[in-house]
Amino acid sequence: MNKIISKERVYAAVFAVLAFACLFFLAGITLVLFKEGLPLFGKIGLGDFLFGSRWYPTHEDAEYGILSLLTGSLWVTTGAMLVCLPLGIGSALYINEIAGDRQKAVLKPLVEILAGIPSIVFGFFGMVIVAPFLQKLLHLPTGLCAFTASLILGIMAVPAICSLSEDALSYVPASYREASLALGATRWETLIKVVLPAAGSGISTAAILGISRIMGETMTVLMVSGGAAIIPHSFFQPVRPLTSTIAAEMGETAVGSMHYHALFAIALVLFTLTFIFNIAAEILSRRYRIKLGLQR
Amino acid sequence: MKRVKTALNDGHDLFNGGYSVREAPPRPGANQFSRAVWNKQTAQKAGFFLLFMCILLTLLFLGSIVYFIFAGGGKVLTWGFLTQWPRNAMTEGGIFPALLGTFYLTLGAIIAALPLGLACAIYLCEYTPGNLALNAIRIGINNLAGVPSVVFGLFGLAVFVKFFGFGVSVLSGSLTLGILILPGIISASQEALIAVPNSLREASLALGATQWQTIRKIVLPQALPGILTGVILSVGRAAGETAPILFTAAAFYTRRYPDSPFSEVMALPYHIYALMTEGTHPRQQTTIAYGSALVLLILVLFISGTAVFIRQRQRSING
Repeated sequence: MNKIISKERVYAAVFAVLAFACLFFLAGITLVLFKEGLPLFGKIGLGDFLFGSRWYPTHEDAEYGILSLLTGSLWVTTGAMLVCLPLGIGSALYINEIAGDRQKAVLKPLVEILAGIPSIVFGFFGMVIVAPFLQKLLHLPTGLCAFTASLILGIMAVPAICSLSEDALSYVPASYREASLALGATRWETLIKVVLPAAGSGISTAAILGISRIMGETMTVLMVSGGAAIIPHSFFQPVRPLTSTIAAEMGETAVGSMHYHALFAIALVLFTLTFIFNIAAEILSRRYRIKLGLQR
Repeated sequence: MKRVKTALNDGHDLFNGGYSVREAPPRPGANQFSRAVWNKQTAQKAGFFLLFMCILLTLLFLGSIVYFIFAGGGKVLTWGFLTQWPRNAMTEGGIFPALLGTFYLTLGAIIAALPLGLACAIYLCEYTPGNLALNAIRIGINNLAGVPSVVFGLFGLAVFVKFFGFGVSVLSGSLTLGILILPGIISASQEALIAVPNSLREASLALGATQWQTIRKIVLPQALPGILTGVILSVGRAAGETAPILFTAAAFYTRRYPDSPFSEVMALPYHIYALMTEGTHPRQQTTIAYGSALVLLILVLFISGTAVFIRQRQRSING
């Protein structure tokens, strides 16, 4: 009997170790980014790095200011959110509140399947079809610009935002809807005045996770955003977001050079930003669960 | 409650304040009450239409991507395209080595991530640690899921390629992809384990089985379809990711088959990227890229379709 108990303890311990090993990866990523990124700040200050507008890493007199890259990320992310938030949340509302059972049985899996389209395919589509089309339509000097990138990224994020908001909507207790309808409200009034406010923080969680994902998206922006490291003055100028800078330049950089460290420092900035967003989403979703009295 | 729900979904107007949406709008000059009702109904119609347009637009956009890739890649896609090597500086021939490379990378990623992810899920659901550990692991995993894919690539470059000295290789790429899909595997397995009814565990324990025996012989077999769904979805994710393998595994062109875990490989998603950005024959390369994109799209849609189908069936069995 003692043998069995000690064997059970060993199993429990093994699983515990493996579970915490998963945490080590996050710690490892943080550690590596700091270790490889920090040497840059021995050479230039944090302020010059974040707010310097000149990114010339390969020049003889190299400059590592990422303001133009940051603004590039900001523009593209903002644009993409303008596309994907209304479409994603609207679709979720339709699927969860309006569609009948039969429509739901088709739409839900369809959205889930389309969520699997890889980002490289979106990038390719943007490069071959959308960019030339927009260039001709709007008489732009180049179709590869912040606008195209926002559009493609926005559409790409819709299925994810839709699934996440749909989850949030499905947690709203049926009694809320029934009470509202029983008071004589129409389905539309119920949706706008009862269901949407009740699911508000859940949907905000979806939106924040969406921002974090769009900001971290790499291949699509690398292919369609144009890649010019300038501070953009309009949506129709090419930009070079943080992610595509890393992806485009790391391949041609000597390991251990200042440029290499600068790219890790960019990754650190990116990681910090997405980390903040993820923690915010975590806090919001916990509050949401408490508000609706859900255990999980 | 169920009846109420279906009544709503079927579009009956039972709970619409007693006024049917389908009723004809009142004539001008009708009394105030019915005008208010009419306004409400118009608002509802407009609102529902707007939401319908949202989903329609989404499906239209996504559908058009699938359509254009099929239209452009359909001409190129032949049996030879799948089984031949590239020829004439990537302007002719097939994509066989890229397919093979993607297969190796994906397989490696699953082998690396599945045991660890499953163990983590089992620990969280079956051994239910204290709140502190539970929250720490959960927040850690959620954040790992939110790390941008290119950052995984940098991590792989610094740790697997340089620090462990695996070089640009299948091994480095697989491990990097493995970490990337780990959160997905954990949460899918967790969901599958939670869905197993507690009465089964209790019955097994009451019969004198130990906890490990209960997990291995009762809980895991029950949770298998759910876990499988998660694994399949992760396969689709790993097969389509480009940024993590950019610096850890992928090569534009290799002459030989990858013969060891330490050889670099071609991979389907990277092949598309490289064809569009490198090389000297843009037009012919775009044609090949179309074909590659089509193959990748079919592959990934098929994989995620299978997973969604299994999940759907499982849900309807479970009620």
